[in-house]
Amino acid sequence: MKQVTADVVVIGAGSAGLCAAYQAAHAGADVLVIDENHLPGGQLFKQIHKFFGSRVHYAGTRGYQIGQQLLERVQDSGAKVWLDTLVYGMAHDKTLGVIHQGTHYTVQAQKVIVATGAKENYMAFPGSTLPGVMGAGAAQTMVNIHRVLPGQRVVMLGSGNVGLIVSYQLMQAGADVIALVEGAPKIGGYAVHAAKIRRAGVPIYVGHTITQVLGTNHVEQVEIAAVDAQFTPVPGTEQRLEADTVCLAVGLNPMTELLWMAGCEFCYIPAFGGHVPLHNWDMETTIQGLYVAGDVTGVEEASSAMEEGNMAGIAAAQALGLLDVCDAESRKAEIAARLDVLRSGLFGVRRRTAKQQQLNAMDVSMGGASHNG
Amino acid sequence: MRVTEHPILGPLSPVETVTIYFDGQPICAQEGEPIAAALLNAGVHAFRTTAKRKEPRGIFCAIGRCTDCMMIVDGVPNTRTCITPVRDGMNVQTQHGLAAFGQEENK
Repeated sequence: MKQVTADVVVIGAGSAGLCAAYQAAHAGADVLVIDENHLPGGQLFKQIHKFFGSRVHYAGTRGYQIGQQLLERVQDSGAKVWLDTLVYGMAHDKTLGVIHQGTHYTVQAQKVIVATGAKENYMAFPGSTLPGVMGAGAAQTMVNIHRVLPGQRVVMLGSGNVGLIVSYQLMQAGADVIALVEGAPKIGGYAVHAAKIRRAGVPIYVGHTITQVLGTNHVEQVEIAAVDAQFTPVPGTEQRLEADTVCLAVGLNPMTELLWMAGCEFCYIPAFGGHVPLHNWDMETTIQGLYVAGDVTGVEEASSAMEEGNMAGIAAAQALGLLDVCDAESRKAEIAARLDVLRSGLFGVRRRTAKQQQLNAMDVSMGGASHNG
Repeated sequence: MRVTEHPILGPLSPVETVTIYFDGQPICAQEGEPIAAALLNAGVHAFRTTAKRKEPRGIFCAIGRCTDCMMIVDGVPNTRTCITPVRDGMNVQTQHGLAAFGQEENK
């Protein structure tokens, strides 16, 4: 088994990982970025819509263009990138078990930044395992990356931003979205995304769910029904739609396996998608030198993932003594302020409350040792 | 079905094609794409059957996490077809249950 060392290892080359890697490498650290996929960029290259917010958060730029910019910045920074590389384990001392080009390695770094992202939730109903029922993100990957339509007549379940955006992108790729089904009494995502779906004439069924999917070897019909205030289907309201594809946009959950293995402490925050690692404002977990950034710390969106990546990269470089303390502290304060903006407003406040709960839990765990940025 | 025209991404850029074999039937695939994308494009949706109930399964996550798309690829069972690129002459078989390791010498 070969051994490799680095100042900083970043696991995951998505929005958060690429920002963390750039910041650490730019500060002069010897950085190794590891990603399981053939291509870096995480989910960014699947996002063909324009981002919102401020200029600093790439407003008006499409996701895949942001991915390209982040990637070029990392390539120019001198960080080493290992693709097609699996991190299968992390010991309590942060030693990583890695398979790279068919060879086993142990990788040791003073600072490890875990930016492994999230995966899609599943929802069970009769017929939910039939071929043709898939995650909305899976359909998005198929049309935007591989340029293959998973089907022609799609029912989308879930009206958060993923459900809305992927519905629109499936239509851009030539599919018919015959229904958008949402259990809650109103649409979950941004009105501007929902308006595009409405203008395209997609019927939106709020207060409805999928009760079953019918078909022998593939989706043929989708039965939907109205639900009551307890989300129980109301008998007699069932209707059947002819469809060949069902997309589930019912949330994501953080991919925390490596952090559990390493012995990080967790708390349970439903708004963040489940169990999330405790961390302080520096993004450092309960294990010294082990940092987290992006959706693995709690499911949010790409802009906050990038900022958390910036924060973790700068904090790691500072802890290595590579940055002037005053400079590092002022840059971290700027990032904290930008994160606060991202977690404000009608949609952001729930995430701000959740993040505060997570930071508070860290404070309690560390006996008040964690400082507030 | 291939998305040849796209309002944002533009026309599909031409790439080399390769031939893979799905249960013995030749399928045209684009070089570098995952097996699952080539099969979807060819109208194949059921990739395997489950061990107990023999139910069909296809793509669910398309990012290598859920393992619903596992098939026998060049004799190697439990291969995640959504993240395994096609190769000319590749032999892809429907997997029934937890298939045993086959003839790896065919690789």
